[in-house]
Amino acid sequence: MNWVLALPEIVLSLVAMVILIFGVLRQDDSFFLSSMFALGGFLLAALLVLTTGSGIGYHGQFVADAFSSLVKILILAGAGLSLILSLDYNRHNHIARFEFPVLMLLSVTGMMVMASASNLMTLYLGLELQSLGLYVLAAFARDDLRSSEAGLKYFVLSALASGLLLYGVSLVYGFSGTMDFAALARTLTIPQSASPGLIVGIVFVLVGLAFKISAVPFHMWTPDVYEGAPTPVTAFFSTAPKVAAFALLLRTMATPFGHQLIAWQTLIIIVSVASMILGALAAIGQSNIKRLMAYSSIGHMGYALIGLAVGTPEGVRGVLIYLIVYVFMSAGTFACIIAMQRRGRPLELITDLNGLSATDPALALAMAIFMFSMAGVPPLAGFFGKLYVFLAAVQGGLWTLAVIGVLTSVVGSYYYLRIVKLMYFDAPEEPFDPRPTALSFVAGATGLFTAFFFVFPAPFVGAAQAAAKVLFG
Amino acid sequence: MATEVGLGHYLVVSAILLVLAIFGIFLNRKNVIIILMSIELMLLAVNLNLVAFSAALGDLVGQVFAMFVLTVAAAEAAIGLAIVVIYFRNRGSIQVEDVNLMKG
Repeated sequence: MNWVLALPEIVLSLVAMVILIFGVLRQDDSFFLSSMFALGGFLLAALLVLTTGSGIGYHGQFVADAFSSLVKILILAGAGLSLILSLDYNRHNHIARFEFPVLMLLSVTGMMVMASASNLMTLYLGLELQSLGLYVLAAFARDDLRSSEAGLKYFVLSALASGLLLYGVSLVYGFSGTMDFAALARTLTIPQSASPGLIVGIVFVLVGLAFKISAVPFHMWTPDVYEGAPTPVTAFFSTAPKVAAFALLLRTMATPFGHQLIAWQTLIIIVSVASMILGALAAIGQSNIKRLMAYSSIGHMGYALIGLAVGTPEGVRGVLIYLIVYVFMSAGTFACIIAMQRRGRPLELITDLNGLSATDPALALAMAIFMFSMAGVPPLAGFFGKLYVFLAAVQGGLWTLAVIGVLTSVVGSYYYLRIVKLMYFDAPEEPFDPRPTALSFVAGATGLFTAFFFVFPAPFVGAAQAAAKVLFG
Repeated sequence: MATEVGLGHYLVVSAILLVLAIFGIFLNRKNVIIILMSIELMLLAVNLNLVAFSAALGDLVGQVFAMFVLTVAAAEAAIGLAIVVIYFRNRGSIQVEDVNLMKG
């Protein structure tokens, strides 16, 4: 039964259509109800992901396995948390329209298709379904110039990246004669058998995907889009799509092109080193906290790429653990950023956090936990993410990468700790507006996860291990 | 003396179109609409590639994919134009050099 495997995706798209009809028929304000429906849809999809078995469907175009399940749960968690964050923010900023959860549902459907893609055609269609939703979400505050500029920039650059990826797909198809991942893996077993055209195709695919995870040198869009988009959308951008694109990158590089490691390893190493260095250095001079988070996410993607560069199951396990930690850490940080409001106006400057520990100790504590975790201070979750990736790099013989990673995280900890210093040691300013319960919930839950990850890492490491094993068959 | 048109010719045309499209996006300093046209051109270049490969390989998958790409291109053009419209409403201009509120 093909459709049983794709049940979570089918349910999500049906929920999206039902909300669309509901929102159009109901004349009055329907944002809250639609969001609740969407959250229900996310929960239902997560349950279905856990209960539907594994297998290959639609003539090898769609695969459900341990890897896709883990990634899908992570995507749904990221999307659900961002949607909760948007509830109050959208109302205060007059963008509480029912299209918001619909767009989120549709792009999450695309991301889940990406996680399950086992054919170049599914890969492209999932990626586009995701991107089309994200373009509109970035420009969602349509009366705000910065949001529409963010949408425009994201659209142009992302469409360019999709085009390059598609060109790569066409070359891979032409020079190997197939689009199926399993068949590609069989054709490419001998590294020497790859024609130059095929290698060019792989490089194009890699470039397209590197853009989607905002790795240097394809990161130009990230700071502007992060700054311009409404903050809950930024939270969404920094969680779910990153996971989906990274999962796609892992599967594409490990399964069909796994035997061509020598062809793409150097490229990944260069991209990874460049991302780590830029993420650490460029964030130092930032005064806007959303821009700072953009550079921080570029750096984090650089660390995660180390695991891919190693090209072993241990490396992929490291990446997956990193992504699990990163999603919760990032969602929590954005919950704190959204809580930065005075008299109903959202604040974005780092200096607005001055003396937060005196006016709102709980929020300051949560923010401090996330900042320490992002800097990689043990025993917080971020440390384990980095630990497993560096471990894989050392085991795989990529010593230089691990050393550069450690050095850049030392540099990077400067700007994370600066935020902690501002919150705890600077003169307090006027207190923020009272926090909505939804924000406290997200910040509290993700804060607990980040702080106490070291108590129960086993299930996550186990799931990541099982998922990584699938990719290397 | 007429030479036979083979796969290589199609690939060269498609590569030229792709390069033109990329230059259209990066070197164009005038109008955002031209960027939208370049994006369409890029997808069409890929379609040419796919159909040529499909014919050369005797495999229909490439042509099926070309159909999907056409659909995606239509959706992308619709969303792109919508974003350009809201941008114009807010900024009063769609000159590329005016898209500079946030530097980067």
